[in-house]
Amino acid sequence: MTETVSFSYQDLLENFDWSVSERELGYKKGDRLNIGWMCSDRICRLGQAGKPALIWEDHQGREKRFTYNDVRVLSNTVAHFLVSLGIHPGERVCLFMDRVPELYIGFLGILKAGAVAQPLYSAFGDESLFVRLCNADTAAIVTQRKHVHKVRKIRERLPGLRHIVVVDAGDAPLENREISLEMEEAAPIEHFDVYPTVAESPSVLHYTSGTTGQPKGAQHVHYSIVSQYLTAKCVLDLRPEDVYWCNADPGWVTGTSYGIIGPWANGITQVVLDSGFSAERWYKFMEKHRVTVWYSAPTAIRMLMREGDELVRQHDLSSLRHLCSVGEPLNAEAVLWSRKVFGKEFHDTFWQTETGCIVITNFPGMAVKPGSMGKPFPGITATVLDPSTYEPLNQAGATGLIALRPGWPSLIRSYWNDEAGYQAKFKNGWYLCGDRASIDADGYYWFVGRDDDVINTGGHLVGPFEIESALLEHPAVAESAAVAKPDPVNMEVVKAFVSLKPGYEASDDLELEIMNYIRKRLSPIAMPQEIEVTNAIPKTRSGKIVRRVLRCREFNEPVGDLSTIMDD
Amino acid sequence: MDDLTKLVSNYIAKEYLVEGSEVTETMTLISSGIVDSFSMVPLKRFLEKKCNIKIADACATAEAFDTVQNIVALVRRVQNE
Repeated sequence: MTETVSFSYQDLLENFDWSVSERELGYKKGDRLNIGWMCSDRICRLGQAGKPALIWEDHQGREKRFTYNDVRVLSNTVAHFLVSLGIHPGERVCLFMDRVPELYIGFLGILKAGAVAQPLYSAFGDESLFVRLCNADTAAIVTQRKHVHKVRKIRERLPGLRHIVVVDAGDAPLENREISLEMEEAAPIEHFDVYPTVAESPSVLHYTSGTTGQPKGAQHVHYSIVSQYLTAKCVLDLRPEDVYWCNADPGWVTGTSYGIIGPWANGITQVVLDSGFSAERWYKFMEKHRVTVWYSAPTAIRMLMREGDELVRQHDLSSLRHLCSVGEPLNAEAVLWSRKVFGKEFHDTFWQTETGCIVITNFPGMAVKPGSMGKPFPGITATVLDPSTYEPLNQAGATGLIALRPGWPSLIRSYWNDEAGYQAKFKNGWYLCGDRASIDADGYYWFVGRDDDVINTGGHLVGPFEIESALLEHPAVAESAAVAKPDPVNMEVVKAFVSLKPGYEASDDLELEIMNYIRKRLSPIAMPQEIEVTNAIPKTRSGKIVRRVLRCREFNEPVGDLSTIMDD
Repeated sequence: MDDLTKLVSNYIAKEYLVEGSEVTETMTLISSGIVDSFSMVPLKRFLEKKCNIKIADACATAEAFDTVQNIVALVRRVQNE
């Protein structure tokens, strides 16, 4: 399958330097650098003020359009509002909204004010929200009326949370610490003195899950735009005339790196659909807006596959030029299906919250090996390491830990308040992704699995500790363990093992009650889709739960050495 | 409102909506984002248990679960099979 490409992988590889990106962005070392300004004011100065930046549609078909000048002025308005509230540079401002325009534009506004944007997935329940706001000592949260009840439940436990900004309050009564900001109704701020952030100033704080402890805040800096701009241009192959759709929610890193920063730094028109999944709705949306570049996820692609080929044929999707995927390994069947129905292959991209940008990818124009992750992006030095020595494995096909040589612009600079956790991510001068893969003789990477107990469900990483802790708060649960279980659509889903307190008996009603309890406290993705009641949760002699044993059983894999496990 | 519609409506109001909110038979659940593919799982489980049916995964589509009306129609269809 041939493609017309803007960049040749080989050429870029041979002549690569991140300074290409700096030059194109007009940035010189030591200059001020602010992502909010770069993605709005700069594009206007390049003569694109009237170009559509955002075309937004909701589930009822209501549409709003914003030019780059609108984005510039409205983000100024948000920044001005935050400064007038007394938000200081470096303070964390959380965005807790569905995919409404205020989320995208507010993100730039927070950065222009010099504050740190902390986007959180709006489906999070009150406990997941509390854990992340508490850890970041968040100063303000920007939310919608439909989600403010979750904030009200936890605000008394968050003395540092000074302001709860509601973007669509209307006539609804506001309570303690709440204030209304109707972005489009507020007096427009034409000129705002953008806070003079520099390359290493903190920009975005995204929370990500690990095996141990609560989620960690991955701290990015404004210099990340150098990676995000160039990878969006070269991997997503964004061109000035494109209409781009990224399915990801900005509560996750894809939704900010490639749902806000990447496309807008490139001056691209992007479309956003604030709606739940519906195959027909998605195809209609792409047909209506003549989407040319589509960045999706394997789970979504598999859900589309399930709805059949005929639905695709009922829509004119001939505008599609380039398709990419992220979040979990893209199975070969999905690549072959996209060839058949769209006449284009989905290009798998691999990266994570901590890397800030795509690091291993099927580059446009490169031959796609269905099921492979592709090759390292030029400028990224990658390898797989021997898990015991942390030395590179030089044998084709050998499985090891995916590792990257630090030094690219968008690698996180810290975990918030967790220096030890951050340092643990590095061994022998390599950054460890926490995933296992092999490299074939042609240099293509092949994903094998996680190297820890983190569960990858629908492209989202979920930490078992957070689920287990929440399970223990249910009155019936005495002990708990959460592991991944294979799933044909979501790759993995959460399965919980619980033992019950005296007086409780296993039943369908209890299982359903516990599922809903976790869904509401944490999120739908963290909810166990199966709960097994057992009195034999495997533990070490020191009492630590051995999730590996449970996980291996679910995947029908050999359990390995059991010598440290306590006898029943 | 018949018993089945009441059963489904009450469950959705209790488990998926903010306290005090009401659900209507035509209110969209999936496309509005109130219920997603993950949170559909306990809803499907609830229907299977309370109505003593088995809903095949192929029938548990976004469209079939998008409104109370559609859910009730799905349950009736499965009951009559």
